This record gives sequence, structure tokens and C-alpha cells, in this order.
Amino acid sequence: MEGIFYTLQDFMLHSKNITYIVMGIVLIVLPLFWRFLSGRDQKKRTY
Amino acid sequence: MSHDKTRDDKKILTPFNVISGIIILVGLVLTVLRFTKGIGAVTNLDDNNPWGLWIGFDLLCGVALAAGGYVTSAACYIFGLKRYHSAVRPAILTAFLGYVLVVFALHYDVGRPLRLPYPIFFSPGTTSLLYEVGLCVFLYLTVLFIEYSPAALEWLGLKKIRNIIVRMTLVLTIFGVILSTLHQSSLGALFMIAPSKLHPLWYSGYLPVYFFVSSIFAGLSMVIFEGSLAHRYMHHKMDETHLAESTGVALGFAKAAAFVMMGYVCIKVIGLAMDNNWHYLATGWGAWFLVELIGFVALPAFAYALAARERNLRLARWAAVWSILGLVLNRLNISLVAFNWHLPSAQRYFPSWMEIAISVFIVTVGVVVYRFITTHMPIFYEHPDYRTDH
Repeated sequence: MEGIFYTLQDFMLHSKNITYIVMGIVLIVLPLFWRFLSGRDQKKRTY
Repeated sequence: MSHDKTRDDKKILTPFNVISGIIILVGLVLTVLRFTKGIGAVTNLDDNNPWGLWIGFDLLCGVALAAGGYVTSAACYIFGLKRYHSAVRPAILTAFLGYVLVVFALHYDVGRPLRLPYPIFFSPGTTSLLYEVGLCVFLYLTVLFIEYSPAALEWLGLKKIRNIIVRMTLVLTIFGVILSTLHQSSLGALFMIAPSKLHPLWYSGYLPVYFFVSSIFAGLSMVIFEGSLAHRYMHHKMDETHLAESTGVALGFAKAAAFVMMGYVCIKVIGLAMDNNWHYLATGWGAWFLVELIGFVALPAFAYALAARERNLRLARWAAVWSILGLVLNRLNISLVAFNWHLPSAQRYFPSWMEIAISVFIVTVGVVVYRFITTHMPIFYEHPDYRTDH
């Protein structure tokens, strides 16, 4: 059941908390996805 | 070019010609009906639903799927990925025709073709998002026409003008990217005026960002899809460079699309979190939203990733079709399905058969013109006189 927010402060606090957790997950998932995507690419020599 | 192919080209009663001829004939009759009897005679539009299929499909999908032009030319000329050079002309042509058809389709909705220049030259509504979209589409269509014109000028043998235009390529590309960024996002922003009409799962303050990001992978998918069709039906018009580069183009674009699509899924979830809309996911609308986001964005992104990883061209082409369907579903959800979601079903909009027929007619006109241009002009091959130009 959805909690009741009495003030905008309550709402922002709740939604921002969840958003920061989601962004943390995104910061882990996207690099992993990139590794999966380019895992078999031939490595470029940079020297 | 084989002898049989040449003979085939000269046949008039081919299945393609017959089917497209019938569609165009029906379209012309409906066009006369629309412009003589009014918009009410051919559509199911009303005061609750003033924008229907022609805006949802012809305009929103048309503009997004024409994004291949700015994406490909930016990749080649701004990011310097010259291995995608052979894809630039087909992509620019598709984008140019896409935008021409968007403007063409808009006439059916607006209904007064002679007034087309008014919003730009006579009564600009500078505080309106629609004005910004109109101005950008007008300018970008001009840019695309100039970008496309070297192919036509080579065909006509007008070397001097062609060489002047080719020197402007980088400027035109930059201008094209700026204009596309502006109007692709503004099309999403148009729906921000109706927070009470659009379902909260689709409504977001980030709608402009969603529209712009989704246009990038739509454009990439469209280039892959159009390339696969061209390979099947226009193979005999392609030169060795085009044939040699085509697999690299498809797999490179598949890789880019996979990453952009996964980024898109992430920003959509962040949008859900920002508006605290999680509870809607447990409803029927939520299920439909997840079908769109997981079934038509996340899964094709994964298919693209597998295709790029395994160098599987066939899978990349299927993923392109899947992604294009996903983009069409998203635009139709925002403009039609999730729009006026609270209205009773009797007042909901469903397009009339004539609206659908006119949309099919417009797409068919595009395919016929595309076929004519690719058959006659140097789109899939380099003109022999200009091979050493780059």
C-alpha cells in the first residue's frame, strides 16, 4: 500500500532516496553491460 | 548488373507495382474526399481526441525513424568513423524522404496546404513548442535536401554545384544534429502540456529526453533495417565498397543501439523513481508499460548486444525490426493508447479505416520514391567520376 505524503519534503525525501539507489544500480549495471557488449572485441594496441 | 535483372527492371506489371498502384489509387481517392468533405468525413477525431493516427504514427514515428540521417552523418563526419561512410547516403535519403512525408502527412491533419508558410513567415508563435518543432522541421528538411542533393547532382552531371555542396558537408552535419536535438525532444515536450490526460507511467518531466534518446536508437535501427531490405532488393545496385562495409555498419550500429537502449531503460526507471509511480506497475496499465519497456526495448537491446558480441548479422537485423516496433509502440502509447486513459471506452479514439489507409498510402509513396531514387541515382554506389573525392 502506498504511504501518504503530507508535505512535498516527505515526497522528495522518499522519491530521491529511491532514485539514488536506482542510480547506484545503474552505475553498476551499465559498465557490466558494456563489458558484455565489447567482451569479444579485439583489443587495440595503445603503445 | 545481370541481363535478367535488367529485363526485370523493364517489366511494368510486377507484384510491387500492382500492389503499390492499388494503394496509391485508393489513397488519391481518400485525399480528394478529405480535402473536399473535411476532416470529419475520413477520421474518427473529435474534441477529446484532436490528434489521431496521423500525428501518432505519420508524424511522431516518422520523425523518430528518420533520425538515421543525423545519427549516421554525425558518426561519420563528426566522430570520424569513416568506416560508416557508405551508409551515409542511404541514411540521408531515408531521413529526407521521411521528413518530406511527415510534412506531406501533416497537410491531411491541418487541411490548408496553402497556409503552410504562415507559421514560419507570417505569424510566428514564438512562445509555442509547436512553432519550434515547425521551424526545426522546416530548417532540417532544407538541410537534408542540401545533404541529399549531391547524389541528384551527380546523376544530372552538374559537377560545379555538386562540388560546392560537398564542401559544406561538415557544417550541414553540425546544423542537422543541432536541429534534430531540438525538435526530437520538443515533440516529447508537446505532451507535457497534458499531465492530466497522459497516464502517469508515460507522463514525465523527462519526456523530451526520452524522445531524443529513443530517436537515436530508432535511427540506428532504421539504418540496419533499411540496409537489410536494400541488400535483398537492391543488391545489384551496390558497389564493392558498399557490400564490403555493410556488415561492419550493421554490427557497429547494433553495438551502439544496444548501449543507447540500455541507457534508455535506465533513465525510464529513474523517471519512475523520481515521480514515485511504482504502484502503477501492479495495474493493467503497468503490465502494458512493462511490455513496452522490457519486451520492446530491454529484450531487443539484449538481442543487439548478443548480435554485436557474436557478430551475428541475422540477429542484428531481427533486433532492428524489433526495436523499430518498440519505438512505434512507444509513440502510439503516448499519443493514442495512454492518452485520455481515464475516459470511458465509448469516448476513446480508434482510427477509421480511411485514416489507416491514408497512412499506408503515405508510406507506400515513400517506398516508391525511394525505389526510384536508388534505382537511378548513386546512393548505393559511388559515381565513377567522383571515386577519388574522399
